Amino acid sequence: MQEQLMQEILMQILNGLVFGMIIALVASGLTLIFGIMDVINFAHGEFYMVGAYTGWFVIGYTQNFWLALIVAFFFVGLFGAVVEVSTLRPIRGRAPLYTLMAMFGLSIFAQQVILMIFGPIAKEVKEPLATKIPLFALEYPLYRLLIVAIALGIFISFWAFLKKTKYGTWIRATMQDNIMASALGIPVRLVYTLTFALGCALAAASGVLVAPIFSVYQSMGLAVIVTTFIVVVIGGMGSLLGSILAAIIIGELQTVSSVLVSPTYAKIFSFLALIGVLLIRPQGLFTISKR
Amino acid sequence: MLTVKDLHSYYDKAHILQGVSFNVDEGQVVCLIGKNGMGKSTTVKSIMGIAPPQIKSGQITFDARDITHLASNKVSQLGVSYVPEERRIFPLLTVRENLTLGLDVVGVSKDEKAKALSRIFEYFPRIQERLNQLGEGLSGGEQQMLAIARAMIMKPRLILMDEPTEGLMPLLVQEIKEIIATLKQERIAVLLVEQSAAMALDVSDIVYVMEKGTILFQGTPKTFRDDSKLMKEVLGV
Repeated sequence: MQEQLMQEILMQILNGLVFGMIIALVASGLTLIFGIMDVINFAHGEFYMVGAYTGWFVIGYTQNFWLALIVAFFFVGLFGAVVEVSTLRPIRGRAPLYTLMAMFGLSIFAQQVILMIFGPIAKEVKEPLATKIPLFALEYPLYRLLIVAIALGIFISFWAFLKKTKYGTWIRATMQDNIMASALGIPVRLVYTLTFALGCALAAASGVLVAPIFSVYQSMGLAVIVTTFIVVVIGGMGSLLGSILAAIIIGELQTVSSVLVSPTYAKIFSFLALIGVLLIRPQGLFTISKR
Repeated sequence: MLTVKDLHSYYDKAHILQGVSFNVDEGQVVCLIGKNGMGKSTTVKSIMGIAPPQIKSGQITFDARDITHLASNKVSQLGVSYVPEERRIFPLLTVRENLTLGLDVVGVSKDEKAKALSRIFEYFPRIQERLNQLGEGLSGGEQQMLAIARAMIMKPRLILMDEPTEGLMPLLVQEIKEIIATLKQERIAVLLVEQSAAMALDVSDIVYVMEKGTILFQGTPKTFRDDSKLMKEVLGV
């Protein structure tokens, strides 16, 4: 009995890591957009959803999961760029409510369009690797471990992009002081577009990775966005490292506690963590120096 | 080189600049002096294309090109550099990154970047020692030197300096005066905003005194010093 419980806990620790990395990908996009543009992207879950649908669509034609991941990343990134230029740029500088309403409207619009095109029935995506491997005392799906590795690979690549490239430095400078960045010649409007595109692309990648586990359906963005916002607030708005660490903490909290209580109640622990952080350190675990 | 003509700038509904006009010629050091809140920084921000403030009427030209409503990144690319009030160093970028940010925008080769850095280190040797340090780790004086170096490395034709000596000890104020003299020798024009009129009078060719968003006086430092009534009003001397 005890051995069974230990195995269950171990399984949930691993699941928590997988779930945490998926949320980290979504949350890092959201926090990046907020950190640089001061935009709370209420449609962020829909970019995750559109990413998943794009992945399902490409797999349907090519049978190639990895190609679908790449196509979804760039397609949704491009879509995000179009949204930024057409919807956010014209209302920049106005009261925050304009942006909130615009993104909320986009969220509803995206869900309805997807529903019209693809219908209400959830789409199944096969795992690209159906093998299980022995891990500690368990047989654990290899694909889920691969999600962790891919997410880590994306984060490392993103870190390298931010630290080592010209455009990454532009993004970091704009995040810290957009006025001074512009005064030094940086095309801040282009940085905003690039940032929004990147944020959406990260969400899309997460949507494709999670598709074989949870399937693809039109309201899947709603299922993830609340947890994403909790993670971003706990990690610190605008802090990438904070979002990643908070996502892993919340992922573990939800999955491990589901061993003791029902999954519905397990989600309450995330809210308790959020309340705790807001009371003790309202700026989040990590903060960014910003002007 | 720079002409500001009948400029009216606003912060929301507050009418800050009420018809400001002046010129800056090539290689000239022009100073705007006046008490707090008279519109000196607003003038510089308006020239640089930083919003707010909003320019509602008037004209700003640089080398005969109208830059009145041009975005600040475009103004910068025309050859105008900015040393803002409060330095505004990027705290989480290294000193090297702070310095070379503008160079990367115009796209220079590695060799040109190295030469530009070497040139700057001749003026600011202390900065060379701190190249890999984060901006937030520098002292106030070092940050001010970095802010000026960051403007100079772009080889601008005009530098806008907003209160570069604020909060600095006399030794550093003297260093900044020497840097301004060097810029003048290199035919780089400087528009200097200063609360410290004494410092401004020592380095400037032309002085404009601002009061309540307008130009109260225009002349050389000598004519300013000869006007005892104005000296008392502006300097309290």
